Amino acid sequence: MIEKTLMIWPDNTAMSVIVWLALLIVVLYIARRPAHGIISSTSRTIHRAMRLAARALMQVEHRLAQRNREVLLETGKEMMDHQIAREFERIDATVQHDLAEYPALHRRLLELVTRIDEDYKQSAQVPPDVPAWDKAVGAVARIPSRGDPMVANILENIHESMETANKRVLSEYRHATHEQHSLLKRMLPHWRNATSALQRVDKDINKLMLRSKTIDRHMENYENLRNQEDCAMRMLSSSSLTQFFISAFVLAIAIGGAMINFNLIAHPMQEMVGGSSYIMGYKTANIAALVIILVEVAMGLFLMESLRITQLFPVIGSMSDKMRLRMVFVTFGILLILASVESGLAYMREVLAQDEAALRSALLSDQGANAILSQRWITTAAQMGMGFILPFALTFVAIPLESFVHSMRTVLGVTGILLLRSMAFLARLTGNVFKQLDIVMLQFYDLLICGPLWLERIVLKHRERTTSMKVMDKTDADQKDEMTKTVSRNNKHIETRYEDPDLVSPLTPAGGSL
Amino acid sequence: MRGIYLLIVSFTLLYTSGCAEQVSHTRGVYMLLDTSGTYTKELVKAQNIINYTLSQLNPGDSFAIARIDTASFSEKDLVTKATFDPRPTTTNQQKRQFRENVTRFVKGINPSPYTDITGGILQAIEFLNETGAGKKTILIFSDLKEELEKGYVRDIPLQLNGVEVVALNVTKLHSDNVDPREYMDRLDEWEKRVTAGGGTWRHINDLERLENIFID
Repeated sequence: MIEKTLMIWPDNTAMSVIVWLALLIVVLYIARRPAHGIISSTSRTIHRAMRLAARALMQVEHRLAQRNREVLLETGKEMMDHQIAREFERIDATVQHDLAEYPALHRRLLELVTRIDEDYKQSAQVPPDVPAWDKAVGAVARIPSRGDPMVANILENIHESMETANKRVLSEYRHATHEQHSLLKRMLPHWRNATSALQRVDKDINKLMLRSKTIDRHMENYENLRNQEDCAMRMLSSSSLTQFFISAFVLAIAIGGAMINFNLIAHPMQEMVGGSSYIMGYKTANIAALVIILVEVAMGLFLMESLRITQLFPVIGSMSDKMRLRMVFVTFGILLILASVESGLAYMREVLAQDEAALRSALLSDQGANAILSQRWITTAAQMGMGFILPFALTFVAIPLESFVHSMRTVLGVTGILLLRSMAFLARLTGNVFKQLDIVMLQFYDLLICGPLWLERIVLKHRERTTSMKVMDKTDADQKDEMTKTVSRNNKHIETRYEDPDLVSPLTPAGGSL
Repeated sequence: MRGIYLLIVSFTLLYTSGCAEQVSHTRGVYMLLDTSGTYTKELVKAQNIINYTLSQLNPGDSFAIARIDTASFSEKDLVTKATFDPRPTTTNQQKRQFRENVTRFVKGINPSPYTDITGGILQAIEFLNETGAGKKTILIFSDLKEELEKGYVRDIPLQLNGVEVVALNVTKLHSDNVDPREYMDRLDEWEKRVTAGGGTWRHINDLERLENIFID
C-alpha cells in the first residue's frame, strides 16, 4: 500500500525513485544547517556523557580499589597477628619445655665440671720419686774395692739394696700411673655427658634462633603491611587468589562427597517420608535427604567453630570455654546420631535394592533372584560404612569454606575493579568514537547533497566574481573622480601661486620656475 | 483500603503458588483384557505386559486390570486393582499380591460371547479420574473388534482428556486376512474415537519392545 502511494509513476519505478531521491536531496540541502547542528550537538553530548560516565566509573573503581586495599590490609594484619602469636606460643612452649630444665641442667653441668676438676687434680699427683740417697750410694759404690772382700761384700749389699729400692720405686710409679689412667678413664663419661648436655642446649638455642628468625620475617612482613607497601599488597592478593582456587577445588570434592551421600540415602528415605509426595515439584524423600546432609554440614561447621579451628561465627568464638565445650559435645552428638541414621538408611537401601531386584526378576523373567545374594553383605557393609563416615568427613568442609569465603571477598573485589576499568574504557572509547563520528557523519551528509552543494559553490563563485568586478569598476570611477579633483585643485593652486609672488611652493626649484 | 488490597494480593499469590504444587506426579494405568472367543489364548502375552507394567510403576501409582466381556461397564469386571503404598517395601508386597491375582484369573478364565470395548473404556475413565493420577493410561489388549449384545447402547462419545490409549497386540482376524482394509478401518475408527474424545492414541503390536508402552 505504502509502496503504491510512493510511486509517482506506477509504471516507471526508476523514475519515481529518482524523483523521490531528488526531493530528498533538496530537503536535505535545505535542512543542512540545522541537521549539521543536530549531528554535532548529539555527538558532543554523547561524547561528554561518556567521558563523564568513564570518570565516574574510574572514581568508583578507585574507591573500590581503596576499599579492597583496606580489607586486604586488615586481613593480612589479622593473619600476621595470628601467625606471630602462634610463633610466640611455639617459643613459649619451647622455653617451657626445654629451657625450664635449664637450671637443673646447669647444676648438673657444674657437678660434672667439679667432678672432672677433682679427677684432674687427683690425676695430677706426682708419682713417688726415687729415694734421694741413691746418688750418695752411687758414689760409695764407685769406690774401688781393691780386692778387699769386705768392701766388695758391702758394695754387693749396697747394690742389692739399690736394686730393691729401684724395683719398689718403679712399682710405685707404675701404680701411680695406673691410678692416673683410671682417673682419666673415669673422666671420659663425664666429658661425654657434658658434651651431650651442651649439645642439647645448643640445639634448643638453635631452635629458638630459628623461631626468632621466623618472627623477624613475620615482623618484617607486618612492617611492610603497616607501611602499605605494594609488594606486601601483591603478596596478599596473590595469596588470596591461591587460597580461593585451592578452597574451591576442595569444596568441589566435598560437593562430590555430598552427592554420593545423597544418593546413598535418598531412595531409602522413601520408607520414612513416602515415595509419592512432592514439594514444589521435587520428591519429598529427596528433599529430606538433602536436608539431612545440609544439617550435617551445619553441625560440622558448628563443631569446627566450637573447636576454634574456623572463625566464621564470632558469637561461638567469643563463648566461654565451658559453653564451647558443651557445644562441641552437643554438635558431635547430633553428628553421631545423624551418621547412625545414615548408616541405617544405607542398610535399608541395600534391603530395598535386594527386594526390588527379586521382584523385578520374578516379574520379568520368573527366575530366582537369590543367585548372587550370598556376597551382598560386602556391599551392605561398605554402604553402611560410607553412610557413617561421610557425615564426619563433611565436617571438614568448614575449613575450605572459611578460606573460600575470606578469599572470595578479595577475588570479587579484583573482578569488580577489572569490570569497572573495562566499562570505563568502553565508555571512553564510545565517547571518542562518537566524537570522530561527528566529522564522518557531517561529511557523509554533505556527500548525500554534493550536487546542490556543487551548484551552490558555482553560484557563489559567480556572484563573487560579479561583485568584485562591480567593486573594481566603482573603485576605478572613484579614482578617476579623485584624480580629476586633485588635478583641478592643483591647477587652481598653481594659478593662485602665480598670481601671488610671495607664495613659493616647496616643490618649486630655487629659480622659481617649475 | 491499601492494606486490604495487599492482603488480597498476598492471599492470591499464596493460593496460586499452592495450586501450582498440586500437580499430581503419580501414574494411573487401567488395562482391559479381551476375553472373547479365541483371544483368551493370547492372555499369556497379557500376563507379560502386566508384569512389565508392574515393574515400571512406583509408590503412589494405581493399576487396575479388567476384563472385556458382554457388558464391561461394571465394577464386576475388575479383575484386580491397587493403589500402591508410598513406602517401597509395601509397594513390592502389593505388586506380588497383584501378580498372584492375575495368575489366578488367567488360569480360571471363561470366554465371553460378546466384546464390549466401549463399556470397558468408560469404566476405565471412571477409575482413572477417581485415582487423581497425573498421567493416565488405558492399555487395551484386544483385537479391537467390538461385538455388542442386542440392546446395549455404546454409541457414546468418549471423554478422554489427558488420557493416553495404547492398543496392544491387535491381532488380525481371518476376515482381516481376506480384506486387510477391515483391519485398517478398525484401527482408524478407534483412533478417531479416541482423539475426538481428547485422548492420544498409540498402537503397539511388537511385544518384544515393551519399553515403548510408557514413553514419558
